[in-house]
Amino acid sequence: MGKREDELRVLFIKGMNEPMSRRGFLRRAGTTGLVLAGAGWLAGCGDDGGGSGDTEMSDQLNIYNWSDYIAEDTIPNFEEEFGVSVTYDNYSSNDTLLAKLQSGATGYDIIVPSDYMVTTMRQLDLLQPINLDNVPNIENLYPRFREAPFDPGNEYSIPWQWGTTGIGYNMEQVPDFRPSWEMMWDEKYSGKITMLTEIRDVFAVALFRLGYDINTTDAAQINEAKDMLLEQKPLLKHYTSDTYIDELASNDTWLAHGYSGDVFQAVAENESVGYAIPEEGAVIWVDSMCIPKDAPHKYTAEAFMNYVLQPEVGAAISNYVWYASPNQAAEEFIDPEILQDPAIYPPEEVEARLQFIEDLGDATTLYNDAFAELRAT
Amino acid sequence: MKRKRKDQRTKAKGLRAYVALVYAFLFAPIVVLVLFSFNDSRRNAAWQGFTTRWYGELINDGPVLDALANTMKIALVATVLATVMGALAAYALTRYRFRGSGLYNGAIYVPLVIPEIVFGVALLSGFNAAGVSLSLQTLIVAHVAFMISFVIVIVRARMSGFDRALEEAAMDLGANEFQTFLLVTLPFMAPGIIAGGLLAFVLSFDDFVITFFNSGVGNTTLPLKVYSMVKFGVTPEINAISVFMLTFSSLLLLLSWRIQRQSGKPVVTDEE
Amino acid sequence: MDRFRGHSFLVANVLLAPTMLWLTLFLVLPLLVIFVYSFGGRGAYGEVELGFSLSNYTKAFSPLWLPVILRSFAFAGIATVLTLALGYPLAYFIAIYGGAKKNIFLILIMLPFWTSYLIRTYSWIVILRTEGVINTSLSWLGVISGPLDLLNTPFSVVLGLTYGFLPFMTLPLYASLEKLDKSLLEAAQDLGANRLWTLLRVTLPLSLPGVVAGTLLTFIPAVGDFVTPDLLGGPDTLMIGNVIQQQFLSARDWAYGSALSFSLMAILLVGIFLYVRKMGSEDLM
Repeated sequence: MGKREDELRVLFIKGMNEPMSRRGFLRRAGTTGLVLAGAGWLAGCGDDGGGSGDTEMSDQLNIYNWSDYIAEDTIPNFEEEFGVSVTYDNYSSNDTLLAKLQSGATGYDIIVPSDYMVTTMRQLDLLQPINLDNVPNIENLYPRFREAPFDPGNEYSIPWQWGTTGIGYNMEQVPDFRPSWEMMWDEKYSGKITMLTEIRDVFAVALFRLGYDINTTDAAQINEAKDMLLEQKPLLKHYTSDTYIDELASNDTWLAHGYSGDVFQAVAENESVGYAIPEEGAVIWVDSMCIPKDAPHKYTAEAFMNYVLQPEVGAAISNYVWYASPNQAAEEFIDPEILQDPAIYPPEEVEARLQFIEDLGDATTLYNDAFAELRAT
Repeated sequence: MKRKRKDQRTKAKGLRAYVALVYAFLFAPIVVLVLFSFNDSRRNAAWQGFTTRWYGELINDGPVLDALANTMKIALVATVLATVMGALAAYALTRYRFRGSGLYNGAIYVPLVIPEIVFGVALLSGFNAAGVSLSLQTLIVAHVAFMISFVIVIVRARMSGFDRALEEAAMDLGANEFQTFLLVTLPFMAPGIIAGGLLAFVLSFDDFVITFFNSGVGNTTLPLKVYSMVKFGVTPEINAISVFMLTFSSLLLLLSWRIQRQSGKPVVTDEE
Repeated sequence: MDRFRGHSFLVANVLLAPTMLWLTLFLVLPLLVIFVYSFGGRGAYGEVELGFSLSNYTKAFSPLWLPVILRSFAFAGIATVLTLALGYPLAYFIAIYGGAKKNIFLILIMLPFWTSYLIRTYSWIVILRTEGVINTSLSWLGVISGPLDLLNTPFSVVLGLTYGFLPFMTLPLYASLEKLDKSLLEAAQDLGANRLWTLLRVTLPLSLPGVVAGTLLTFIPAVGDFVTPDLLGGPDTLMIGNVIQQQFLSARDWAYGSALSFSLMAILLVGIFLYVRKMGSEDLM
């Protein structure tokens, strides 16, 4: 099909103005090779109003996402439907992604950083605005994700999946477990506790426990949090953002500060592991699709975003990776088991206690210095 | 003579036992790795039962196999380049004394002391400033740049104390400088070059940080693939691919040894 | 020697040219940029603000990091001694007794490293953890009553470093021991020298360049290691490599990270120079 398209592309002249009905159009045209070929290449030309960048589907799209964070058929279906060949590479952390982007062009069209990182990248002028005219399915999002504090109005980011940062615990070994961050300071469990390595996530735990805002810029409060964390340090097995899943699963640790989806993986291995969102509050995070400044295929990237926001496509991703979807319209296609799991889709009263980490600009150094002191001493 | 060697053999009993223990230490985690490639669990955490499914998944996993292919391509090319360049440089530095060699010496130790992330970030910024887009070639360039010093240090350790009378003798017999190098010096350097090349290969094969920064779209290597799996679980498929590598290279090793023995002329040894 | 002198400078430079060109283009020049960064500062969102201030360097030498630096040097030092203790007999054995199988023995050392670093480390975790291979077998044998705390301790970090850098020690040792004339060793023993004396007075001095090279290739990368303390370490096993990594990544303060890196590099380079001089191995310098 690709070859034939290439030949026919030459015969075709730009100008078919049918971005909205592309899918239906494609299916109808399925039997007519000529029209099909043209549609694959030319759909969506013209009136995107935003005026930035290209307005044509390209034959290539380069996606940079977390590993194992997509349904098996998401990419193949997109490739087939739009005649685009996708290169799908993986990275392992927001920080390394940012450092790579900051050093220069990478050639990727879509990256999936987390919330506060969207702010950071935007401030560093590493992203370009998304032309929402090309992403009409944006309407499918929950209102919460249309007005997220890190990017109200989805100018630069479209949510992919979301979750929380709470406590993974072993129900058998910690019979007196309560959903409270205080558990992470319980001397009974000394040597069986782990904390994440992310600076702001670690401080958020102490700040929640102290009842302060997790995005505080008050040096005294941050200092108080640091002292509290210093108290906790002797009780810890170590700080880890990667090995804690295995440790929970193999009974090596009993209380782990961790990401919801990670802990569910431990649950899948070990029935006595559970996940709780502490009553003091917890961090909510959402990984979001963004377009880097230098992306070579912007329009195609937007087409992909629109595709992911289709209810069935978004639901398929959630059904595969077991994270919550930001897509409200996808609800009806998501496995009830996932939808009714309070750890994945927290009830409203719990959701009210969730807070995003925000990039605090200059005040970030307060956290950096406090964390340096915590780790060095 | 023969009796004497046998004598030494028995004398070396203690040494042999010790060496066996060191090899056991080297292979201890490898035994676990092989066992867990048959573990019926998505994670490397606890034993859940026997399965061969990870091998099946591996065969059908295009991206992982592509990553292995990329890794091998880079490692082989970069090892050859770094070993040849490093050996020549090491030869020049030990063989000739000249003004300015101190500066060269300094430059050679920089890749050893530089933190990987600094090198990764610096080189990527450099490529971008020069308008070079990232590819497998940029990765090879990056790998050679940090491997070369390791080769030089090892080959120099070999060259140190090289008896120049040998070269003199060859030249007295009418060989020119190049022939002398080829027939006398190079064979002497060989064990150092082999050792340097082996280490260089492993450095490239296992590199993550520098590769992460300098890889372009689609240039995923095995370490990049494995590290990206950290957050969602490094599956035993990676164990399986490691077992595949081990088996493949062991077979190659066995084969080369058999050929060596059958051809009847053992490669130069100093057994006698 | 004399015959070479006329054009030795030219030949040496031709042989060195590819390496030096490569290192200059792809290492020294890019590094200069980072050096410039080290005098700048951190912008609000982690960008580098160029400038000229030494504050990053004064911060780098603050007493805060002293324990971390001492710890890094201690861990790397112990690991170097251990790799030497394991690697020297190994290299000696292969070089002297390896015979036709020398290269096979050599490749057997490298074989474990043709796997994935992460998987090897995970395997060590399986061996060391509370319900791991060691604890299970020891308690089964009745040697211990409760599990030993092996993982996430300084012990496990040093073990990880020793394991990972064993080839870095063994290969240069082998390269240098392999040229030992076996007849020389036999002659020494025929002359009535006992084996210890032969080792101390003949073997060791002749293999000194290998020892120097091996200790350098082990100690220096080990000081800057960050993955091993990350995966096998505990809350208080932070090494200087982690600190630098943190500045470039989670703290996003490249200027400070650069200053830390250049300070470390300077210390190590001076250390290498002094060490090589002291050991009398100018051939390596």
